Amino acid sequence: MTIPLVTQLGRMTLALLATIGAVSAFAWQALRRTVQPPYYRRQILRQMLEIGYYSLPVVGLTAIFTGMVLALQSYTGFARFSAESAIPNVVVVSLTRELGPVLAGLMVAGRVGAAMAAEIGTMRVTEQIDALKTLSTDPFKYLVAPRLIAGVVTLPILVLIADIIGVMGGFLVGVYKLDFNDATYLRNTVDFLQFQDVLSGLVKAAVFGFLITLMGCYHGYTSKGGAQGVGIATTNAVVSASILILTANYFITEAFFAL
Amino acid sequence: MTAPKISLRGVTKAFGDKQVLRGIDLDVAVGESVVVIGGSGTGKSVLLKCILGLMQPDAGSIKIDGEETANLSDSEREHVMRKFGMLFQGGALFDSLRVWQNVAFGPIQSDGMTPAKAHEIAIAKLGNVGLAPDIGELFPSELSGGMQKRVALARAIAREPEIIFFDEPTTGLDPIMADVINELIVKCVNALGATAVSITHDMASARKIGHRVAMLYEGKLIWQGPVADIDHSGNGHVEQFIHGRADGPIQMQVRRL
Repeated sequence: MTIPLVTQLGRMTLALLATIGAVSAFAWQALRRTVQPPYYRRQILRQMLEIGYYSLPVVGLTAIFTGMVLALQSYTGFARFSAESAIPNVVVVSLTRELGPVLAGLMVAGRVGAAMAAEIGTMRVTEQIDALKTLSTDPFKYLVAPRLIAGVVTLPILVLIADIIGVMGGFLVGVYKLDFNDATYLRNTVDFLQFQDVLSGLVKAAVFGFLITLMGCYHGYTSKGGAQGVGIATTNAVVSASILILTANYFITEAFFAL
Repeated sequence: MTAPKISLRGVTKAFGDKQVLRGIDLDVAVGESVVVIGGSGTGKSVLLKCILGLMQPDAGSIKIDGEETANLSDSEREHVMRKFGMLFQGGALFDSLRVWQNVAFGPIQSDGMTPAKAHEIAIAKLGNVGLAPDIGELFPSELSGGMQKRVALARAIAREPEIIFFDEPTTGLDPIMADVINELIVKCVNALGATAVSITHDMASARKIGHRVAMLYEGKLIWQGPVADIDHSGNGHVEQFIHGRADGPIQMQVRRL
């Protein structure tokens, strides 16, 4: 232990700031070139299919079990002071505001963010990104922009579907296990739901979509050193996207509901 | 004498405190084929990437057709890139696209050609490198190393570039396939009337595809001359390199474990 603690602390701080700077510069480049033509429509559609359609099974399963367990858990709590009628509302508000976007975001980060980092990282280490440049194609416009657009557009749709499936999960448990009247359950679900609950969830989803694709592209694009480098990039993409999702989630919630 | 196609003056590049290029001066005439030889890790690839614009040199001038390109931004560079074709060492084929789509990539994405027309050109270019049209429907991962190199060559010449770069074109191929690739390179470069810059450490390849040879050692071009002169260069470094001797003025820096 020859390096003093202060030195180490200083190095870590500098490294952190350097990373933040690099990511910001990358994000700025990506955004700037996303709005400039040419737009690769086929690539955007392909990515939307990849992020949205192929994530449906895993996000749907997550949503239905989350809705079910929410109904079950809140019943055991609320039954103690005869507030069972609040269960449908608890389920739908928790799902639309928090659990829908956050859980869908985390699942997509694991599924899509990792795949993106691996694909772009492999293209980097096998010189395919250099090859794109020599063919007069901007890798930001061809690789990064379609993924960012697809992420921001597709994740809210995915979350909306997850919300519906989750509420259905709660409904199934409520009606078939907890002996709710089905019409009452649905009425309680809809009556107390506010537009802002759903809207805040969808805004979160769009932000998470941006963060997931940005992290996947950034770590893939900057990966180096062969198979090991691509492996590190993949891990970093998932971990950083997950942390950013949870952090951003708090601040968006505060912006919407703190008043 | 006409102005050189490519002209380098005092090009330097360092990574951290490792000085890779220490002042490169090189002129390549129109239609000439120059081969840069040198050991592994001497900066051959870095030199090529600086000329291509994939890396920015720290200092010095790189002129293409008399136009200074060393400090162009990405958007300004696109019209210069249009003059270039590049054969990457590992092929660098896009593995998510079919072979013909790889060859047609430049014409479709950058030149706005219709897919049908580009498909026609791709098949013709594949024919130029001795590949049958049905190969075009395969994916790059389904091809052998030699075939991938040929597809990469077809992609490099698809936009009929004025300057073609070859990064170790024969590395990883058996001697016969290496010679096939060398002959294809000579044929394609002659057919286009293109200027060529290659880097290699394969002397058989250098003799076959080069008009002129330059040797890179410790970040400088220590010898340049016509390929016919290479066997009596009078330069100890070149002698040692072309005969592949372990002993001589070039000492491999092997770190003791």
